[in-house]
Amino acid sequence: MTLEINSEIIQITLRSLYISGVATLLSVSWSLPIGVIIGLKNFPGKHLIKGFFNALLGIPTVALGLFIYLLISSSGPFGFLNLWLTPSAMIIGQAILITPIMVSFTTSAVESIDPKIKDLARTLGASETQVSLAVLRESVNGVFLAVTASFNRAIAELGVAYMMGMNLRGRTRVLTTYIGLEYERANWGSVIAAAIILLSIVFAVSLSMNLIQRRRA
Amino acid sequence: MKWLVELRNVTRKYGDITALDDVSLEIRKGEIFTLVGPNGSGKTTMLRIMAALDKPTKGEVYFGSVRVNDSNRGDIRVKSTMVFQKTTLFNATVYKNVAYGLKLRGYSKGEIEGAVREVLEVVKLQGYEKRLAKELSGGEQQRVSLARALVLNTELLLLDEPTANLDPKNVSIIEEVISWVNRERKTTIAMATHNLFQAENLTKRAALIIGGRIAQTGTSQEIFRVPSSHLASFARLENVFSGTSTLLEEGTSLIELENGLTVEAAIRRKGKVTLFVRPEDIILSEKPIISSARNTFRGKVREISDLGNTVKLKVDAGKEFAVHITKRSFNEMQLSIGSEVFLAFKATSVCVV
Repeated sequence: MTLEINSEIIQITLRSLYISGVATLLSVSWSLPIGVIIGLKNFPGKHLIKGFFNALLGIPTVALGLFIYLLISSSGPFGFLNLWLTPSAMIIGQAILITPIMVSFTTSAVESIDPKIKDLARTLGASETQVSLAVLRESVNGVFLAVTASFNRAIAELGVAYMMGMNLRGRTRVLTTYIGLEYERANWGSVIAAAIILLSIVFAVSLSMNLIQRRRA
Repeated sequence: MKWLVELRNVTRKYGDITALDDVSLEIRKGEIFTLVGPNGSGKTTMLRIMAALDKPTKGEVYFGSVRVNDSNRGDIRVKSTMVFQKTTLFNATVYKNVAYGLKLRGYSKGEIEGAVREVLEVVKLQGYEKRLAKELSGGEQQRVSLARALVLNTELLLLDEPTANLDPKNVSIIEEVISWVNRERKTTIAMATHNLFQAENLTKRAALIIGGRIAQTGTSQEIFRVPSSHLASFARLENVFSGTSTLLEEGTSLIELENGLTVEAAIRRKGKVTLFVRPEDIILSEKPIISSARNTFRGKVREISDLGNTVKLKVDAGKEFAVHITKRSFNEMQLSIGSEVFLAFKATSVCVV
């Protein structure tokens, strides 16, 4: 058996990185502010909202995939957008999937910061926005962890990618759906090569985030 | 205007708890003012209100001629800064910690670098720029906090127990810096402390805070040299004894302590009294002293604590006396635990409460 790394695998790898990367960025754009607000502010129903996001941490990817399918299929309310079977649908699906991870991790990172940091920033002359930024900067290690875990969850998941993209060759095929397909066909060379690539990405992302954190200090 | 901050009838409640109860106080421009009082007496709340970090439930606060309110609280915070009792640091290098406030104020990189270098020299942390602040020792961390406040050169500097739980070396560095910034930069300082010697040495005026109220305000001399019952009620004053006083023909009083020890005091008082002798006012010798001092006792050294330049001894002379002597005297006398010594103090050194 030989490991097969051909141009198709490289193309699939790049597509995986693109879809999960954009999904992570998209999710960060709303999850980070939500997480920071829940972490910083006290308001009625705060525990309920935290509980809600915590409960969604383990949402089955196929259930979420099915739910989004019902929304974007041609007979669904967003059917007119023709998103099904496109990388965009996969991006949206993965962004929603990782939102609870981003929000929960960010919230606990912010909450774990010594509340005195806020008074410290204030007495050094910070405005309320600058105070929030100071807290965010203090919790940045936790936020890094949230981003890393979210990206890794997105790139390694199969359910949403499959149900949104259906593994169309050259269009929506990503590493996980490719591994599934080649496994069915018992193409061990391709399966193992793709699995090694996927694992390498996950490790590389975690390691580089770790390095960035150390550099920052 | 003579004063920089004024509290007028300030009350601060947290739920059912009244932290400050109708407090009025002025901090004059250019002075070091100390708030002395037991834990939970409201010192920190007072400092937080002066720092515009907290607001009174009732009453008014003035900074300069401006009444502090919700709309100008941010501006007041830029003119004052507070160093907290519990050292709080950003998870970053010493440089980034100290530079934070200057960055907020929009100084250029060059200006910030110069100012940070200068202030780190003041707190004796030159060369520490790149170290992680949280990895320093407790005393060094507190000096970083102080540097971070000093670098802003604010009109008002608020210090909450700046030397609590620090070793003598760090205490003396911080005390020197506090005097320096007040003397050289004319910065007005309000400081909370437990340490009566510190309060007395560093400041001209002080207030005694007990149970959220001001029990006494005055010069340090008034408060500490002639301790009132308020001060004795909380302060860990050493050499506080109680006994029964009788009048002597000479016009002084003889106070009989509970276990037969008698002390002569240059006051006229009869009946139950509490007396107090400052540890620095006691003379220690190896041989009996023939002097004008009316009170002499023989005792044994029970405890020795190194306070940097001075040494504190506890001497058992029927009652336990605390005595402060210089390190040099200590070395010359070659004292150790168990050494026999003589104590002497004048009748005028005995304060009676």
